[in-house]
Amino acid sequence: MPPVKTYYSREIFDRFSANRFACAGALIVIALFVISFLAPYITPYAPDDLDAYHVLLPPSSLHWMGTDELGRDVLTRIIFGARISLKVGFVAVGISAVVGTAAGLLAGYFGRWVDQLLMRLVDIMLCFPTFFLILAVIAMLEPSIWYIMIVIGLTGWMGVARLVRAEVLSLREREFVLAARGIGASDLRIIFRHVLPNAMSPVLVTATLGVAGAILTESALSFLGIGVQPPTPSWGNMLTAGKDYLEFAWWLSLFPGLAILVTVIAYNLVGEGLQDALDPRMPR
Amino acid sequence: MFAYLLKRVFMLLPLFIGITLITFVVIHLAPGEPVEMQTALSPKASAKSRERLREYYGLDKPLHVQYISWLGRLSRLDFGRSFSPDGRPVIDKIKERIPVTLSINFIALVLEFGLAIPIGIIAATHRNSLIDKGITFLVFIGFAVPTFWLSLLMMYVFGVKLGILPISGLHSLGGDRLTGFAWLLDTGRHLVLPLGVATFGALAGLSRYTRATMLEVLGQDYITTARGKGLPERVVIYRHALRNALLPIITILGFSLPGLIGGSVIFETIFAIPGMGQLFYQGVMSRDYPLVMGILVIGALLTLVGNLLADLLYAVADPRIRHG
Repeated sequence: MPPVKTYYSREIFDRFSANRFACAGALIVIALFVISFLAPYITPYAPDDLDAYHVLLPPSSLHWMGTDELGRDVLTRIIFGARISLKVGFVAVGISAVVGTAAGLLAGYFGRWVDQLLMRLVDIMLCFPTFFLILAVIAMLEPSIWYIMIVIGLTGWMGVARLVRAEVLSLREREFVLAARGIGASDLRIIFRHVLPNAMSPVLVTATLGVAGAILTESALSFLGIGVQPPTPSWGNMLTAGKDYLEFAWWLSLFPGLAILVTVIAYNLVGEGLQDALDPRMPR
Repeated sequence: MFAYLLKRVFMLLPLFIGITLITFVVIHLAPGEPVEMQTALSPKASAKSRERLREYYGLDKPLHVQYISWLGRLSRLDFGRSFSPDGRPVIDKIKERIPVTLSINFIALVLEFGLAIPIGIIAATHRNSLIDKGITFLVFIGFAVPTFWLSLLMMYVFGVKLGILPISGLHSLGGDRLTGFAWLLDTGRHLVLPLGVATFGALAGLSRYTRATMLEVLGQDYITTARGKGLPERVVIYRHALRNALLPIITILGFSLPGLIGGSVIFETIFAIPGMGQLFYQGVMSRDYPLVMGILVIGALLTLVGNLLADLLYAVADPRIRHG
């Protein structure tokens, strides 16, 4: 038996596309991807093109979002910054989704001491103010984009683990799983063929919302100077640089922040849209 | 109730052990020996502080011995000495800063709950109306807006453009000498922006959650019964529905604590507020190893206690938990 029937996914797609806000979010996310991939081709300047004659210019037809203190084009840097945000969002959430799903599956399926051990680990991890933990780890290591993605990922899996565990606990006793066990399927086969596919929908929702969270965390770290290091442009470190010119160059502080805001809203809209589409019973 | 309390307190012990274990792992995460990394990266670490660190962690001993002896020191609140030139004990530095961070977070929490619950109720009772949509829109902004960016914008508008609010510190120059009402006013003016920013971000999640639980409760049979026997809508909402909707909201109180404490790093750094978050940030930037570890442990312990309090509050509010 295929775990997900085709007409079911069709139904989900229809419900999702009936939601205008979710579609708007999805369009923005797709646009961000396209822009990130095509960044070098669609920007008239390079992100590290210094221009001593055109520093701190307000937005104009040549520089739509103005120039910064070194004469670099702000729009170009925002477009290149989108690459960082997408990368961080997906890698970090990929890590937390995989770790969380694995922990939830093991805990829910095997129960007993495996469950106890993993769920107490979740409780413990939830006690740490996440931002403190991330900062402390980054302080031990060098600030680098890879460490940041890994650390954000490893501090964000607990919610996924709890959700997957709850799903697995109920799936484990369903008839199709009992039947599979009855005909002698191995644990591995039951887990990957029957339980996991049916437990994936909450993971999808949490992961989408998690991308938004990871982008916010990365920008905050970069803003504090311990994330992506200049001259690589990231929305967070652009804001740090712009902070010093707040009084007379508002565009340096406005546009990178708007970029974060719009991106995060888009992911949240998609996440909520998915949630509604996957679970139509929820009252709205 | 007493048995429940005892059980919950007893559960703290394994959690505490876990917290210290993870912190211990973080300390040893650094490639190579922490002392070497410390001296290689921070010119501030003199030979003397290197010696202190080696002595404090017992780095020449096996791992489990290191852990046990560190745990022993923790239980006496001995976190070692800071690497900064003053070399003061870490616990003294933290003690100075904790009241600032806790009182700001407490006020923020009160504001947050005081605003979010009414907002959530209005959204739920006027479901799909213009008000509900407006609130949902604001909630989405609140979810997505980066705290530090909102802080910058607020500083620009209220501090630079309008010039009506101070943008850094807790007191004006010489504000320490003010007394009574004048001191309160001065501090209050300094707190408007940080508190506003801290509350706005947290407001979104909580009001959305209140709306969802309210909607769920409003769909229950006992609400239909209450309406059916002709009770005024006001009584149905505030007496019957709200009480039941508030229960799950209490648990959110516990969950929101780590976020609040962690978030203090950002707004304390931006607004130059001398709290624990700022101290932590300075510690991270100067790689003040003992300080970072001390605050990490204390931050986690504060959360642990906060969670316990939220659980107890829940047990007080819901007899099913107490006797279950």
